Amino acid sequence: MAYLLVFFVSPMASGVRLAFTSQTGQLGLATIHQLVNDPGFWSSITNTLIMLGLILPVQFALAIVMALLVNARLRGSGLWLYIYLLPLGISELASGILWYSIFTEQGWLNSILTDLGIIHQPVIWLSYQHPLLLICTIVIAEAWRSTSIIVIILVGGLQAIPKDYLEAADVFHASPWRKFWHVTLPLLRPTLRTALILRTVLAFEVFATVIALAGSSLDVLATKANNAYTQFQEPHLAAAYGVLIMLLSLASAALFLTVLPVRTEQAR
Amino acid sequence: MTAGTGERAAATPATAVARPARRQAGWRRTGRTVGRYAGAILLAAWVLFPMYLLTVGAFSASSAIYQYPRALLPHLSLGTMRFFLDSAGVPTALGRSVIVAGITAMLAMAVGAPAGYALARFRFRFRGSYRVTIVSTRAFPVVVLSIPLAVFFLQWGIYDTIWAVALMHTALTLPFVVLITSSVFDSVAVDLEEAAQVFGCGRLGAFVRVVVPLTVPGLAAAGAFSVLMSYNEVFAASILTLERPTLPALVLNALSDSPNPYKYAAAWLLMAPTFIFIFLIRRYILGFGTQSQL
Repeated sequence: MAYLLVFFVSPMASGVRLAFTSQTGQLGLATIHQLVNDPGFWSSITNTLIMLGLILPVQFALAIVMALLVNARLRGSGLWLYIYLLPLGISELASGILWYSIFTEQGWLNSILTDLGIIHQPVIWLSYQHPLLLICTIVIAEAWRSTSIIVIILVGGLQAIPKDYLEAADVFHASPWRKFWHVTLPLLRPTLRTALILRTVLAFEVFATVIALAGSSLDVLATKANNAYTQFQEPHLAAAYGVLIMLLSLASAALFLTVLPVRTEQAR
Repeated sequence: MTAGTGERAAATPATAVARPARRQAGWRRTGRTVGRYAGAILLAAWVLFPMYLLTVGAFSASSAIYQYPRALLPHLSLGTMRFFLDSAGVPTALGRSVIVAGITAMLAMAVGAPAGYALARFRFRFRGSYRVTIVSTRAFPVVVLSIPLAVFFLQWGIYDTIWAVALMHTALTLPFVVLITSSVFDSVAVDLEEAAQVFGCGRLGAFVRVVVPLTVPGLAAAGAFSVLMSYNEVFAASILTLERPTLPALVLNALSDSPNPYKYAAAWLLMAPTFIFIFLIRRYILGFGTQSQL
């Protein structure tokens, strides 16, 4: 607990303090002013939000299917679990480079599409001229890498669902689809909420994937924070980005908590 | 949901249902099973195929990397890998990464395992909120923590050292270690511990002779997980180091001006441990899932 105090609470407090003091050490909104006028500030916010909006549905669809399959006790269920969890141990950076090797101009995707005769000259997927396309490649890379953590949480949730409910549904000859929609999904709601919150917070931190795929042609909030610190040596500005990320994370957590209320009898 | 319940669903109405209908239900069940396996294989391919492509990239000669279109079945060559390992700073950075991961695992276990035990065994006040706090610390972005910490470490004079990165990584992995170890301790029945006490063990004796042997694999898994997380972590490592980066930080800084073979070899080396580590911890890691149900 003391460790947490030292490494979470105190940096948090001094991070806020850093953000609200200027380079010269005055307390005030100077850094915030600098933040808002930072070139690329607004585009980094919109990029982050678009990315988030695309990642969540893709990733949750994937994760729910994976979790249901793991839980369905197929033959070799340990093997499936192993495969689906593999990306958990892969760093953001490695996965960014991996997808770079696929999407780059002379990369695997173009190469395979050419072999299949679908395209005749390489398509440029990673270009600063098509930020939306860039975001899509990042979304794919992230959906590939970080679905595992959601799978873990969802499998935990699925195993906590009492068998009785599904057996009751069987008595009424419910189809698998209806069982999923009317029994599993509502009971999984608290779990989904936890996973959503965790995933959203982590998505605000996506960083190395962006650098590996887009270099400097696309900015998200975390890359701006890192650049402010490492390239421009402006810890105050970097801390301001950090605080903004934290506020957005807290806001989205609060949003999920209010939009998806969990009634206490369900939470049991 | 499972095959078992599916069979029961088909078996219950058997007396009332005529034979053709039953055969139809059987076909539907077979179709469902086939569908499940097809889905599982498809998703496995989605996970594995990109890894295969990266491996091909890392183990073909650099001339093959610049060839287009690329060959899916490569001529194996260690040239690219050797080129990367001979690059300036790579071996030392790799060594540093390994040491940082080791220190992180030891610190995280020393602090996290007792906390996990307390969470699993003692019904203290605020136990629920303690768990919520631990889960939610993970919700605070690394970005927010690393920048002020960099300033602290500068003041303490440990900026740009192995210890700075290890301390930060410990803080990051701690929530996971606490939750995983707590699920591991949960799986050992209290009765066993109490039985040992009946036969004359002290509380500590019972812990050392009964609980520890039963939980060693699980605890090792928690440690292995923190090694993996530390080895992979980029953001804090890049902020907290300057001249002495860990491997991910080194690669990140070199990214914009390094050739593709360098990148692929680096990414492969960063990816490789997952195959062993996830295999070792796949059962225990699910404990994190069950424990994080708020």
